[in-house]
Amino acid sequence: MKLRENNHVVGYLFAAPFILGFLVFIVYPVFSSLYYSFTDYNLLESPNWVGLDNYRTMFTDDEKYMKSISVTLNYVFASVPLRLAFALGVAMLLNKAISGIGLYRSAYYLPSLIGGSVAVSILWSQVFGDQGLVNSALGLIGIDSDTSWIGNPATALWTLIALSVWQFGSSMLIFLAGLKNIPKDYYEAASVDGANKVRQFFKITLPLLSPIILFNLIMQTISAFMTFTPAYIISRGEGGPLDQTLLYSLYLYKRAFVFYEMGYASAMAWVALIVIGIVTLLIFQSSRYWVHYESKGDK
Amino acid sequence: MFYPILWLIVSSLKPNDEIFTTAYSLIPSRIEWDNYVTGWAGFAGNSFGTFFKNSFIIVILSTIGAVCSSGLVAYAFARIPFFSKGFWFGCMMLTLMLPRDVTIIPQFIMFSELGWLQSFKPIIVPQFLGIPFFIFLIMQFIRTIPADLDEAAKIDGCSKYGIFFKIILPLIVPALMTSAIFSFYWTWEDFLHPLLYLNKPDLYPVSLALKLFLDGESLNNWGGMFAMSTLSLVPVFVIFFIFQKYIVEGISTSGLKG
Repeated sequence: MKLRENNHVVGYLFAAPFILGFLVFIVYPVFSSLYYSFTDYNLLESPNWVGLDNYRTMFTDDEKYMKSISVTLNYVFASVPLRLAFALGVAMLLNKAISGIGLYRSAYYLPSLIGGSVAVSILWSQVFGDQGLVNSALGLIGIDSDTSWIGNPATALWTLIALSVWQFGSSMLIFLAGLKNIPKDYYEAASVDGANKVRQFFKITLPLLSPIILFNLIMQTISAFMTFTPAYIISRGEGGPLDQTLLYSLYLYKRAFVFYEMGYASAMAWVALIVIGIVTLLIFQSSRYWVHYESKGDK
Repeated sequence: MFYPILWLIVSSLKPNDEIFTTAYSLIPSRIEWDNYVTGWAGFAGNSFGTFFKNSFIIVILSTIGAVCSSGLVAYAFARIPFFSKGFWFGCMMLTLMLPRDVTIIPQFIMFSELGWLQSFKPIIVPQFLGIPFFIFLIMQFIRTIPADLDEAAKIDGCSKYGIFFKIILPLIVPALMTSAIFSFYWTWEDFLHPLLYLNKPDLYPVSLALKLFLDGESLNNWGGMFAMSTLSLVPVFVIFFIFQKYIVEGISTSGLKG
């Protein structure tokens, strides 16, 4: 066999872009980030080894850091389940043979498509502002409100959560594809046996959909942890009011690229990696108890 | 669902003083096209023409890079049994789940040492090295193509390269289209990377330029801000309405985030 026809050579040639990119843009950065996390690197002077100082400061001496953790956890634990619940609910509504279904599907999906854009974040900051759409809508039904939902520490994070929930479209499409794969006979058999809709949902739909729920749960959780643009735009890069929208990524961005504390921010990134890793692992572990694989290797 | 978007479009046509006093109303007292003129004028001598041009340069080059490289890699993973393929595939799946925050700081340092700041290179070049999401999506698609086809071509004397370019490539066009569309969206609305790498307004893409409306002195040009926000969504909508099918199928089959 000629060398240029050898599978190993051809394989590596085709895979070369990824392998190169992986080494240069993933492996090298991951290790240097680990190194920086033990230094006081500030981009101007060469890094000094400070051991665990960054990590110690984070947990004992940085109130903003602890704040950003609690804000982020609140955000993730509120937005992800709500988003998935909406996605599943709407997917079930749309999983019916009604005319113009494509149009509905698009309408629900569209917000997700533009979700990360600056335009939508700007829009959101106006909708929930003191003279915004929400307040004037409340005014119309007789509730006088001139509070800025974004400026009010009690509600600011909820405007971000609302934005995230509004963009349930991509999860919905995945659920929809999953629902279509559930054989109609199951429901018919269940009806014959006298199972009502609620029972059918818990005994047929949920178990059969559980692998897809797991997938969505993991992907959405990771991306929720990384939310940046809306928090940046809506709080004008500050994470206010009273740090209530200081999501982890935003705080990391400020430490790294506003204050040039690359060492400290790298340490933050590693804590994020570990926390996200643990959360993902926990979800996987728990999946043994709630994810149902009907016939292994069937799909 | 649509209402906030509709509100944005209507607000972009309202006179400045009316946007908030009649926020609940979808009908402007008169249509104010002027917002588009004042918005388009942009900042510091750079009109939105410049910002749109920058966005298009970045998006088009990134998309070409992402799709071509991902297609090649996907073929290797899906069809060629090469040494330690499983290992590299595992690396790719891990990359898919790796939080961006871990790599962004060292990458920034790397690009600044390369002297690439204030250019589009840090945004575009990595796209030419394969995007795990797209590799995975295209792989899934290649797997649905019967292997007999490869075999037949091989018997006819086709090399692996020939098989890829003559047989596989034409068949995976839909998957490549889906990847291209998502690459377009993600790059178009990307805010963080331009924010890090570009500090000169004449290099700003639209996403970053919109932020300028929120800064200090231009704070009162609400109309212009809404007008340009609306305009920034036009390419997104146009592509959506043309390629709906690919988008919906792409997400459903591969679970792409969006």
